[in-house]
Amino acid sequence: MNALTGIAWLLIFQSLGEVLSRLLHVHLPGPVIGMLLLLVALRSVRVRVPVGAAAEVLLGHFSLLFVPVGVGVITHLDLLAQYGSRLVLVLVLSTWLGLAVTAMLLRRLLRHERPAPAGARSPLHREGN
Amino acid sequence: MQDFVQLWVYLSATPLFGLTATLVTYVVAQAFYQRVGQAPWANPVLWTVVTLSVLLMVSRTPYPTYFSGAQFIHFLLGPAVVALAWPLWQRRAQLAGRLGPLLIAALVGGATAGGSAVAIGWSLGLPVNLLRSLAPKSVTAPVAMGIAEALGGVPALAAVFAVLTGLIGAISAKYLFDALGPFTPCERGFALGVSAHGIGAARAMQVHPDSGAYAALALGMQVVLSSVLIPLLARLF
Repeated sequence: MNALTGIAWLLIFQSLGEVLSRLLHVHLPGPVIGMLLLLVALRSVRVRVPVGAAAEVLLGHFSLLFVPVGVGVITHLDLLAQYGSRLVLVLVLSTWLGLAVTAMLLRRLLRHERPAPAGARSPLHREGN
Repeated sequence: MQDFVQLWVYLSATPLFGLTATLVTYVVAQAFYQRVGQAPWANPVLWTVVTLSVLLMVSRTPYPTYFSGAQFIHFLLGPAVVALAWPLWQRRAQLAGRLGPLLIAALVGGATAGGSAVAIGWSLGLPVNLLRSLAPKSVTAPVAMGIAEALGGVPALAAVFAVLTGLIGAISAKYLFDALGPFTPCERGFALGVSAHGIGAARAMQVHPDSGAYAALALGMQVVLSSVLIPLLARLF
């Protein structure tokens, strides 16, 4: 029941996001605005508990949701036949570059925080509330 | 035989077919993936997409017919993006303490993934409409479609590139990280979320709870950053 209420909340926030995106002519997609609004609303327990249950279900099977779009590859087979090897090269190289740069940069940036974990975290000890 | 053909024609034209085929194939692929110890090459999305594509081509079922059923799964992408607020909320304390480094890593990493795709594609002589659809390839599919549309690319194509990117990341990241490592689970997960979005994040969630949380975090940040920045950048050119 919690998960169902949570799905309802997610849909409400997605709808709010879509409405705001249209009304304010911002470039953010509706679900993204919905996510930001929900982030604020999660302060309320009435929203947090059901949304948590729904999010565990949805995000636990996140990869399933990409299957319908992925199968759409068959509608672009002509394009893949024409540019296939070049497209594969582009996709593989850029993905590896993105992975390597992000991981190495983050490793370097976070190394600085390790020597002083106790002092640097003082404003964050509000996890309990 | 005639009856069977008629029955098949009827069934394959109803939404029931696309939905059932997608779920059943995924459940089987997922079970296989667990059986081989979550080996990267056994990625359930990869094998579900391959199996369904072959099935559609062999049975000559048009994609729109399939999608009339699969759209019920596809629709859930929207609520799932909204639901990303949940992992962000759960790690808000960590996120606040590391906001600077994480933002920089997401920005630079995302720019590297998208920028290098356009640059390499351009140097290989790919046409402009393909390049415009390649730019948001490291953003999760539903958002990538919106960005590609704003850029004048082909939304459906952008979504396919995004899915392929996610698959490449999910399958190869382990070997790349092992070669360049050592990396903590947080760093691995965050990089997967930035560069290989939803499918990469899904892989990270299965491998380690920390890397899963950071992947979801990266995914959420990436979605916001790229929705704002890519159209702005594109307007400059």
